[in-house]
Amino acid sequence: MLLKLEARPEPSKLMAYLSPLLAVALTLIGGLMVFSALGTDPLEGFRVFFLNPVKDTYGISELLLKATPLMLCAVGLAVGFRANVWNIGAEGQYVMGAVAASGLALYFIDSESAMVLPAMVLAGAIGGALWAAIPAFLRTRFNANEILTSLMLVYIAQLAVSWLAHGPWKDPEGFNFPQTKMFADSALLPMLIEGTRLNFAFVIALGLLTVGYVFMQRSFLGFQMRVAGQADAAARYAGFSATRTIWIGMLAGGATAGIAGMAEVSGPMGQLTEHVSNNYGFAAIIVAFIGRLNPVGIFFGSLLMALLYLGGEQAQQYLNLPSSISKVFQGMLLFFLLGADVFIHYRLRLKGGK
Amino acid sequence: MTNPTPQPPSAAPHGTPRLTLRGIRKVYPSVVANDGIDLTVQPGEIHAVLGENGAGKSTLMKIIYGVTRQTEGEIEWEGKTVEVESPAHARSLGIGMVFQHFSLFETLNVTQNVALALPGKPDLRALAKQIEEVSQRYGLPVDPRRMVHALSVGERQRVEIIRCLLQNPRLLIMDEPTSVLTPQAVRKLFETLRQLAAEGCSILYISHKLDEIQELCHTATVLRAGKVTGSCTPSQETPASMARLMIGKDLPVCEHGAASAGGEVRLRLAGLSHASEDPFGTDLKDIHLDVRSGEIVGIAGVSGNGQQELLYAISGEEPLAEKFPVQICGIEAGRMPPDQRRSAGMGFVPEERLGRGAVPRMSLAENALLTAHTGAGLLRSGLINFGAMEKFSTECIAAYNVKCGGPGAEAKSLSGGNLQKYIMGREIMQAPKVLVVAQPTWGVDVGAAAFIRQSLIELRNRGTAILVISEELDELFEISDRIAVIANGRLSPTKPAAETNVEEIGVWMSGMWPGAAGVEEVSHAA
Repeated sequence: MLLKLEARPEPSKLMAYLSPLLAVALTLIGGLMVFSALGTDPLEGFRVFFLNPVKDTYGISELLLKATPLMLCAVGLAVGFRANVWNIGAEGQYVMGAVAASGLALYFIDSESAMVLPAMVLAGAIGGALWAAIPAFLRTRFNANEILTSLMLVYIAQLAVSWLAHGPWKDPEGFNFPQTKMFADSALLPMLIEGTRLNFAFVIALGLLTVGYVFMQRSFLGFQMRVAGQADAAARYAGFSATRTIWIGMLAGGATAGIAGMAEVSGPMGQLTEHVSNNYGFAAIIVAFIGRLNPVGIFFGSLLMALLYLGGEQAQQYLNLPSSISKVFQGMLLFFLLGADVFIHYRLRLKGGK
Repeated sequence: MTNPTPQPPSAAPHGTPRLTLRGIRKVYPSVVANDGIDLTVQPGEIHAVLGENGAGKSTLMKIIYGVTRQTEGEIEWEGKTVEVESPAHARSLGIGMVFQHFSLFETLNVTQNVALALPGKPDLRALAKQIEEVSQRYGLPVDPRRMVHALSVGERQRVEIIRCLLQNPRLLIMDEPTSVLTPQAVRKLFETLRQLAAEGCSILYISHKLDEIQELCHTATVLRAGKVTGSCTPSQETPASMARLMIGKDLPVCEHGAASAGGEVRLRLAGLSHASEDPFGTDLKDIHLDVRSGEIVGIAGVSGNGQQELLYAISGEEPLAEKFPVQICGIEAGRMPPDQRRSAGMGFVPEERLGRGAVPRMSLAENALLTAHTGAGLLRSGLINFGAMEKFSTECIAAYNVKCGGPGAEAKSLSGGNLQKYIMGREIMQAPKVLVVAQPTWGVDVGAAAFIRQSLIELRNRGTAILVISEELDELFEISDRIAVIANGRLSPTKPAAETNVEEIGVWMSGMWPGAAGVEEVSHAA
């Protein structure tokens, strides 16, 4: 008897939706095994990791707060991914969005104008988009692979923010910590629920998910991008511009990642530090795929990923597990998702004998 | 299992068939390609396997050549039951195959290419001599030292045949060998095949061209939908009677009235020259052509003589540096991208349906959007008007008789003929002033092909200027009002179809038309 992978005559629609759920289930099982291996009671580990973070309103507000930057980054990335534009550098675009917004906040630190916040949102979007424009230009002008260029720009962005926080933008009264002054109230996002940290950025994220949905599923431009992603020659035949596809794909991801960066400095942080990002830009890639590049799926995918972040913190606090446990879970999730996705195009068959 | 060493062809015991197939059945996940096929080939026999696209001819040949295995049934080779495990095993048995799409390395020379197919590490100099011997003996002139990319299609086919002959096959499988040849080269090929058969080599000849089979083959087995529907002796049949076996009904004929004369020029190529981006492509050289309202102009030619490049230049998929060489309804469109040319009134049906003319994984309705978005009003302020899109698609399916699961069916779920009808309908329903069609009936079954040709003629009668580029001469003669030939990137003058014939166009196809500049570049005339 032999197990054999056999190509399906048609990709399974059912498997396309089941696969993320299967990956989640396998990640849970894998997680329980990791807990046992580390000497923790698996059920206790499960409770602390997955249930503790959402046991009350505050917990849920923290979950939504964490999910916000993931939603923002992922929805923009999905626009590009659908068109085979592989922006891997959302992390750097997020950082540059945060830098641009912070620059504005620091410049207007004495202003009480209501226009500061909208201007910061705009600055964040532009900062992220400009950072994404570099790989877009290199790709369209020199045919340089955007996977490599966008990824390398992440490290440049991280070093740039580090230089700013250690150098010109350092708070002179900050006891030499690498961070800027705290922003003025006019540069901070309003809270949604009293007593929590959940802020207006969540509403922006929901709005952009809706915009993303309309763009990808309903608009002609979104259709052109899907065609470009699925059949190059057909896009060329129809006269859809490949250059425009790349620009839109890159700029969409850059702008939303930049807004996510803005939301972080203008929300929970209230200042710019060199640790402005928590790998949200990379985690969002997993979110985009687990959400099947669909805004509805991305909404749920980002909640799940946020739970992994929070669970990891809880596991550190109560179970004495290392902080990298979150990344282990993220990795398992992506690994199982890619594995389960094989069954969209293939099925298992038992073969008897030779 | 036997593994006989190659013997002279006549060594097969008399009376034993060379090859016998019994109840061959091949099941793929979604389709039964062969269903209980019986076939017997005698030594020295040229045996035609006749059938439409999708009838199961290619699958059957792949089973014989060991590319794939049958699900049921047995193969008997010279009286002994065998399991053909791989193409290498087939070759060691004495079976050779010349594929429709050649498998040669363009950057190697002829000898090196042949050496790659031989077992072990042959001495190249001795091999070159052998190639010359075989090529002289069978009238297949090829220079073993030449690089393959510099060879014409006909010469490449000769290399493939020589490669098979060097292994002394006792069965040679030829898959649609004439689709890439000029009529004169076809004559030459037939002589070679007859000589081989006279020496005792059996030939399995796959084709859907009835006149060729009638001329060449001793016997014919006809397949339809994976089953044998009959055997016959082609010389005692008429093309019509064989067609009936092949498609199960009479061959439909197009009605073709005279073209209305003196229409306005809708498409003008005014000295179109363009260097190909592909190093092995063909450069277009100073092409002049007018296509007028109410006529069909056909462009014939052996594939690879610049058809692709010409189509890209006309459609705008590869825009030119200058404006004037392509003029659509008086607009100089040389630098326009395809969508702007479409707005200027041009429709275009490419030869690749899946992946170029249609997105495989998208529904038919979405595929309507690909080109008909503006022409048929399927958009509303930048958003897709799903209702209109669905309606357009449904109408197209009904009007062009597309067999499918409805507007929601994925393009790739359709057969080649039905998808072609849909794409053709999509372009025609936008009422183009000029329609450019490449290989309108390539890989399309006979019934759909007749329907498509009839649609083109009706469109012409309504005043559209139509340019058809095809490698099927019969088709061009059936529908064209004027015919031109492309050879080596140059275009011949046009001639009214009624005033020329297959022979003359065949000569032109090798670049030799009156006043041709490239006469010295004759590549593979007979």
